[in-house]
Amino acid sequence: MSAPLVSLNGIQKTFANGTRALDHLELAIMRGEFVSLLGPSGCGKSTALRIIAGLEQADAGTLTFDGGRPEIAFVFQDATLMPWANVFDNVFLPLRLKGLSRQDANASVMDALVHVGLADFVTSYPRELSGGMKMRVSIARALVTKPTLLLMDEPFAALDEITRHRLNRDLLTLQADLDMSVIFVTHSVYESAFLSSRIAIFSPRPGRIVETITVAPTGARTEEFRRTPTYLEACGKAAHALELAMVGA
Amino acid sequence: MTAARLLPLAVFLALLGAWEAVVHLQSIPPYILPAPSLIFTTLIDDWRLLSASLAVTLRITALALALATGFGVLFAVLFAQWRWLERSLFPLAVILQVTPIIAIAPLLLVYLDAGTAVLACAFLVAFFPILSNTALGLSSTDHNLRDLFDLYGASRWQQIKLLRLPSALPYFLGGLRIAGGLSLIGAIAAEIAAGAAGQGAGLAYRIVEAGYRLNIPRMFAALALISIAGIAIWLALEWANRAMLSRWHESARERGL
Repeated sequence: MSAPLVSLNGIQKTFANGTRALDHLELAIMRGEFVSLLGPSGCGKSTALRIIAGLEQADAGTLTFDGGRPEIAFVFQDATLMPWANVFDNVFLPLRLKGLSRQDANASVMDALVHVGLADFVTSYPRELSGGMKMRVSIARALVTKPTLLLMDEPFAALDEITRHRLNRDLLTLQADLDMSVIFVTHSVYESAFLSSRIAIFSPRPGRIVETITVAPTGARTEEFRRTPTYLEACGKAAHALELAMVGA
Repeated sequence: MTAARLLPLAVFLALLGAWEAVVHLQSIPPYILPAPSLIFTTLIDDWRLLSASLAVTLRITALALALATGFGVLFAVLFAQWRWLERSLFPLAVILQVTPIIAIAPLLLVYLDAGTAVLACAFLVAFFPILSNTALGLSSTDHNLRDLFDLYGASRWQQIKLLRLPSALPYFLGGLRIAGGLSLIGAIAAEIAAGAAGQGAGLAYRIVEAGYRLNIPRMFAALALISIAGIAIWLALEWANRAMLSRWHESARERGL
């Protein structure tokens, strides 16, 4: 059995204002896995994600990457695009920050845009796009560095249900095509069951993982998956575990 | 649309017409209140004198605005980088801003020659709105975008160039529009305080001079030129604002889209 891509051991985090966000968090993500962090709002899921990304430092515990820090990409709840830059320049940003010229980056940027189906919108500005399209640009920007680990913080929470379902399916296809590990923060039981190979249930603050539910190996899933026993069982288990976690608080 | 545009013009023309009528019907002498038609002919007759003064005032206004833009943006960027610098220097900028320029002008005239003193006054009033607005803009960047820049290891210079300056652009342009009007006011106020005659005499000096000579129509003509200059500056900056923000910023969005 190979080593996990990321492991968090005994991670603790208390904010300067005294809020205890994480308490002894234990989590390991294997290569190619799609893990959802599911829990109530404000339970420290986002903090865990930010610690993995290196945007926040843990007070105690260790964060280990197998074979050094992998290429990490982050997708926020809002599309977080630069409103003054067009679609191309927004997706180009990570490569630009790494010192690539526009010409050298062109193929990678176009490739990422093709993956999210926005190759025709390179010169559009974020204001001219719908919420779902903005989120696609945001995903393309994350993909442009060919990350091995994709961190997503409730990326589809603000979208309507039909758009969210479509993006969920597309995300699974992308994950399979690009061979990424994904850590996906959500507070939706259904979303986590549809997307994940594994669901980690968080307790309310201070967050720790109270239960882990294995769904099924990932791969492209269709809407059909929502009617399978695997999905329904995962939904039931996750909802029940979440309920217990809330009561236990 | 057209009605909305024509209405202010119609009101303006009606006011001028009423003014003209009152002056003629009441036979008010021109040294008390000149009619608009007389002001207009004075403007044409004295054009050589007035246009030279207009050029002087506009040159000082433009130079002051350019200097205020350069230094305002420079200091705003420095303040955003080093908080201690902001804490130590910002109060000084506030003191300069809240002290009326007309009260500072005589003092500056003691130390500087008239032309430089007028420029300094116009600069001082234009500097603060650009500094404070740009500083506000630089610190109003989206925190998620800041995280994104950190994630990809952006250098300090990349943060400024690719994130902070573009985020601050709408704020800066807002400050610039205020500063454009203020630099003209500063120049005029300082010219009146300086009272410089001869070659380098600006429009404000022409007003003072014409007042001494009871040449009231010329006073009005110079005043009209100052107003037109102010409107032109405002329109130019408004246009620049639209041209730079139209594709992305809410403030420049076309109505009814």
